Amino acid sequence: MTLQNSTLSRRAFVKSSVAASGGLMLALSLPKANAGLDPWTGEPTGTEISAWLTIDPNSQVTIRVAQSEMGEGVFTAMPMLVAEELDCDWSQVKAEYASANRSVRENGVYKRMGTGGSGAVRRSREYLQQAGASARERLKAAAAARWEVPVAELRTEGGEVLHDASGRRTAYGVLAAEAAAITLAEEPAIRKAGEFKLLGTPLNRLDVPSKVDGSATFGIDVKVPGMVYAAYDACPVWGGTLAALEDAPALAVKGVKKVIRVEDGFAVIADSYWRARKGLEALSPEWDLGPNASASSDAMRAEFKSDLDRRGVVAHEEGDAYASLETAETVIEADYDAPYLAHLAMEPVNCTVSIAKDRVDVWTGTQNPESVLGAAAEILGRAPETIHVHNCFLGGGFGRRSMPDFARRALAIAKALGNTPVKVLWSREADTRTGHFRPLAALRFKAGFDANGKPVALLNRSATHSILAGFRPEVVQNGLDGSSTEGLENQPYDITNVSIEHHLKRTPVPVWFWRSVGSSQNGFALEAFIDEMAEAAGQDPLAFRQALLHKHPAMLKTLNLAAEKADWGRPMAPGSAQGIAIHESFGSICAQVAEVTVTQGGEVKVERVVTAIDCGNTVNPRTIAEQVESSVIYGLSAALWGRSDIENGQVVQQNFDRNRVVKMVEAPAVETHFSLSGGEHWGGIGEPALPPTAPAVVNAIYKITGRRIRALPIAQHDLRWS
Amino acid sequence: MKIMGGDGSGPAVAHDLGMHSMITLTVNGKTHTLDVEPDTPLLWVLRDHLDLTGTKFGCGIAQCGACTVHLDGRPLRSCVTPVSVAEGQAITTIEGLAGDTLHAVQQAWIEHDVPQCGYCQSGQLMVAAHLVDNTPNPSDDDIDQAMINICRCGTYPRMRSAIHRAAALARDAMADA
Repeated sequence: MTLQNSTLSRRAFVKSSVAASGGLMLALSLPKANAGLDPWTGEPTGTEISAWLTIDPNSQVTIRVAQSEMGEGVFTAMPMLVAEELDCDWSQVKAEYASANRSVRENGVYKRMGTGGSGAVRRSREYLQQAGASARERLKAAAAARWEVPVAELRTEGGEVLHDASGRRTAYGVLAAEAAAITLAEEPAIRKAGEFKLLGTPLNRLDVPSKVDGSATFGIDVKVPGMVYAAYDACPVWGGTLAALEDAPALAVKGVKKVIRVEDGFAVIADSYWRARKGLEALSPEWDLGPNASASSDAMRAEFKSDLDRRGVVAHEEGDAYASLETAETVIEADYDAPYLAHLAMEPVNCTVSIAKDRVDVWTGTQNPESVLGAAAEILGRAPETIHVHNCFLGGGFGRRSMPDFARRALAIAKALGNTPVKVLWSREADTRTGHFRPLAALRFKAGFDANGKPVALLNRSATHSILAGFRPEVVQNGLDGSSTEGLENQPYDITNVSIEHHLKRTPVPVWFWRSVGSSQNGFALEAFIDEMAEAAGQDPLAFRQALLHKHPAMLKTLNLAAEKADWGRPMAPGSAQGIAIHESFGSICAQVAEVTVTQGGEVKVERVVTAIDCGNTVNPRTIAEQVESSVIYGLSAALWGRSDIENGQVVQQNFDRNRVVKMVEAPAVETHFSLSGGEHWGGIGEPALPPTAPAVVNAIYKITGRRIRALPIAQHDLRWS
Repeated sequence: MKIMGGDGSGPAVAHDLGMHSMITLTVNGKTHTLDVEPDTPLLWVLRDHLDLTGTKFGCGIAQCGACTVHLDGRPLRSCVTPVSVAEGQAITTIEGLAGDTLHAVQQAWIEHDVPQCGYCQSGQLMVAAHLVDNTPNPSDDDIDQAMINICRCGTYPRMRSAIHRAAALARDAMADA
């Protein structure tokens, strides 16, 4: 898949449509994704300067992106990092996926290929800049050799090497082959903040034109010759198994070819998806529901809450919080909780597999193509070098697509089918019930104040379903999962006596990373409680935070910018109020002021969210604003309505009829203001604007209704007021 | 265009339920005759039989709107619409929304950098195009009423500004014409 800038012409529209479908049909027959070949069409893209980029004779630069485009903008930001140094003409830049297969064959040439933790820019910026700088110097060396002039007399601009002394200039496309043969004696230095020409410039995204005409290829759109379709379903209870299944009713459906049993469920194979789905729905599987048939999230929550009565493992400690609470003039205490949550990405998970004698091709939208490749090698018993994972656009990720569970099921189904290519598609309901959830959490806070109302002690206990205990137990030390306590153990407020304690919990519900992870619930609870503390201290929520953040100038600056831009404290109409919150996560600080209206009937409307963010430096400020808008609205859906309840071992809310999410009418205006600390600081952007939204909203709701919301979602609370 | 469907290569176990009936569909100005069961949702006929994959599957129960197409010019959720209902009517999908140039909403979507993951955007654009084509100067309230599809990336603020921009583009085009 290749993207490029496109004009608004009919011609471009037709061209991109043809390229998309043609590329897909050809993909199966292409022999390799190697030097200078488009991995989708097999057509030459130009001379390969390095694994990261090719330059064609017209100086079009194709930059390979090792991260996954799921809306966060990596298909633009990562090429910008290379182009910054390359000094090419941005209008001649295309983006395409880097090949996980090549990275396996060539000793990890693409470094890290996973996408998560808001890490795309901050974890790969330097080597992508280096790739661009290195290519630029090799192009200059090629020109120097041609013209027999010192390299030092050359400069680069707009995709050309220029020799000002003689007035000569040559396009990169002309020099590419010669540059490709040059090895530099030493790598050039990369540019630093203050020297950038392209970074920090707001640019429209390269993938957008293909996303307005239907030509962008998502995993679900893949079609390969001879392909059959599979509809898959699993036992509705985790850990359950198929006890009995009579295939005949499915086989009676026109077009149905086969019923296949896999690990935890079964798949119906047909000549179209709908026929496979009809076949699936015709079946009456008998499940052995296993040991979790009575699992209940209400019972789990009650258990988590009861754990809060006991001291937990200390994650962070300063002074003596217990002694200080004993002697404090005033003590307040509050319990919070947040539910399991499904990701609900728009594209139900899917995966297409083709197994041939000497190679395997897998098409899917994944946040981790290397894990899909590894799963294929393992399940099919093939050498990793023979597995080709073709990443597609992701119809939403939010963490859901970083787990290869769906690819594993598809690979098992494909294995059972032998050499018939198959596309496996989950229904929305199956996607949800076989998904992995944001952990359930219960939190308790106690704060002590001296006679002057100054906070002197903060005690926090959390009981949270651990993600890492199941996924990477080796990193869970002393009963502490850092992804459960993030945002708590590093709480920023200057309080002399602090104890942050934790109870690591596990239940049968599968959990996984959900946009902003532990900060999604911890940021909510901490920042809502800080407002409770401000009230106990008799202070304005902004002033209270300012006083306790004096040791964190970057946080203070970001907080103040949000307050200033929102005109904090301005008079609001009855039924409307402002709420404020600030949280640091994934290397960035985000402060928000939410302006909320609650009708006397209890209907909540978030009108405006003013955001200030410090992500250090910016690559594409436009994308950053988009990610702020996205995080606020994704977080607001969760805050208002999000819950994945478990009853009788099954997820109650499986489709959008019961998972209410924000729509246009409920979407607030979102403002993004930059409070950049600059220097060598590069923070993430895909997640940090989510954690402050829920607390800013509930803090505003309190001002209107007098109701403290300590359990999410908000919709479970009666907010009528008079 | 290659017409798929039919089932000449089906397995021995497939049974003829007597549901054979040829369906004639007009999609983006082209007529297709297809051998599909009449209760097949239009969405899957477009995607799997006609290879028009711009129209997306999101929920299957007419909640999210990712599957929105136009039927005789009006937005329709194709995931719950039997293909037989669409027979004899003009179907327009995202692939057919542009004329000689992109539709005003497509142009405005690019200008305002609206799509993020992009998965819901075909459906959003089909609804927005109908709004702009029929309401020359849509108010924010008009936009709230019309734009009821789900976007999990939260592109709503940009969609709203892009719709206002598209309406202006469309008015300019009318004035020039």
